[in-house]
Amino acid sequence: MKILVPVKRVVDANIKVRVKSDGTGVETQNVKMSMNPFCEIAVEEALRLKEAGKATEIVAVSCGPTACQETIRTALAMGADRGILVETDVPLEPLAIAKLLKAVAGKESPGLMLLGKQAIDNDCNQTGQMLAALLGWSQATFVSKLAIEADHAEATREVDGGLEVVKVKLPAIVTVDLRLNEPRYASLPNIMKAKKKPIDVLKPDALGVDVTPRVAVLKVVEPPKRSSGVKVPDVATLVAKLRTEAKVI
Amino acid sequence: MSVLVLAEHDNATIKPSTLNTVTAALELGGEVVALVAGHNCKAAAEAAAKVKDVSKVLHADDAAFGAHIAENVAPLVAKLAQGHSHVLAPASTYGKNIMPRAAALLDVAQISDIAGIESADTFVRPIYAGNALATVQSKDAIKAITVRTTAFDAAPAEGGSAAIESVGGTGDAGLTSFLRLEQVKSERPELTTARIVISGGRGMQAGENFKMLEEIADTLKAAVGASRAAVDAGFVPNDYQVGQTGKIVAPELYIAVGISGAIQHLAGMKDSKVIVAINKDEEAPIFQVADYGLVADLFKALPELAAELKK
Repeated sequence: MKILVPVKRVVDANIKVRVKSDGTGVETQNVKMSMNPFCEIAVEEALRLKEAGKATEIVAVSCGPTACQETIRTALAMGADRGILVETDVPLEPLAIAKLLKAVAGKESPGLMLLGKQAIDNDCNQTGQMLAALLGWSQATFVSKLAIEADHAEATREVDGGLEVVKVKLPAIVTVDLRLNEPRYASLPNIMKAKKKPIDVLKPDALGVDVTPRVAVLKVVEPPKRSSGVKVPDVATLVAKLRTEAKVI
Repeated sequence: MSVLVLAEHDNATIKPSTLNTVTAALELGGEVVALVAGHNCKAAAEAAAKVKDVSKVLHADDAAFGAHIAENVAPLVAKLAQGHSHVLAPASTYGKNIMPRAAALLDVAQISDIAGIESADTFVRPIYAGNALATVQSKDAIKAITVRTTAFDAAPAEGGSAAIESVGGTGDAGLTSFLRLEQVKSERPELTTARIVISGGRGMQAGENFKMLEEIADTLKAAVGASRAAVDAGFVPNDYQVGQTGKIVAPELYIAVGISGAIQHLAGMKDSKVIVAINKDEEAPIFQVADYGLVADLFKALPELAAELKK
């Protein structure tokens, strides 16, 4: 079985983003970019399935500008076999990405697609579900445990009420949550090897996908700041303040 | 203009998240129609009909909807959304699972996790873990939206008398089946609706130490939450997690104990009215958002706090 793993290039999770002074977005120039942490978990899970003999080939796919090749290289250095870049400078929304991925899936015929449940830049949490809808496939979202069988998978989902276990028919879309695994670091020899692995470049037009944005970003601002509070010397003072000043207990 | 609200429910009652979503729908203006899709869910449909200012309830009763499988519910949502200007769901795991699937079937974008409404097509939503707020305008004919429940008050659960109309289902897609729900039963209030939340982080050191938080929670009638670090370490189950990728809470009082305050955690709680932080590291970022900070060893402070609250 072939596994397709879409990966997204985002501002590194450890960077505190700054809103641009002109209000058009956040500063991404000269900022460290990395693979979305949830996508790393998806890549790791695909690799483990291959190591367990459940998958034969791992293909990492990214949609966006040329620089997304770096993100694909990261996946290749972790152990993915090859990459596909759907190259465009148009800012992509989840629906457009889902359409591009559907087209790629049509060419590659994977048995499973593993995606991060959300990207830490726009926090949309949509792409996997949209892709599943467009393909007419089953979906298991927010997955923290995954077992692949012959024609189905059993997935444990992290839901608000606890853990939900579902059986999904393959091929399926699985979006991964934090506790599915601990992604590996790429070793130096594997980083070198990854440079030789192939990356195909496709264009949205050639895939017949219209990626025109449906949503206009009118402005981006900083959230209101909380005024800094006070330090209290001891527990008794804390409780007294909560009772008489804040009046919340 | 009319707004379809996908009601979150457990077939017997509607979830509080539905009430917040109704408020967002009313803010858009126009008629508010609630969809209750489930199995043997007449009671939930009746509860939805009582919500103040809901005009109509669509009741879809089908075995295929009983476990809220997205592959089964989303086609129904997409079908019923036609003819409405907006379709809204709470940004809970329920809404996040179903709504994007419905939006894609409608070939419309989804606006996730809105925290404000500027006009019928313009919304405010947090991005980058709440470190920026984006104002976005949808160009689609039908606006598919998930609603950040903490940003909208709950609509009154009583006072309405909407008509209930039965609608046919779209059946079972035959793709996914529900096996079981592993749930931790708790007598405490639900995390996302509790008036007071007390959360523990890595500093708690072990799951058994959460008993200290639970004792205080019981005194205050509070819910117990946790940071990602505490959940990853296995101290508490996943449904305790507060943060960017966990639950978003905005209680009257949030007490963070042994939590350093990573941006991902702050994203889930910084809209709380009053924040208390107890941490032995006085440089911990949590103190930057805390109204009251106590620099102390939690293993000394928590027993004192438990005793003081009982006075």
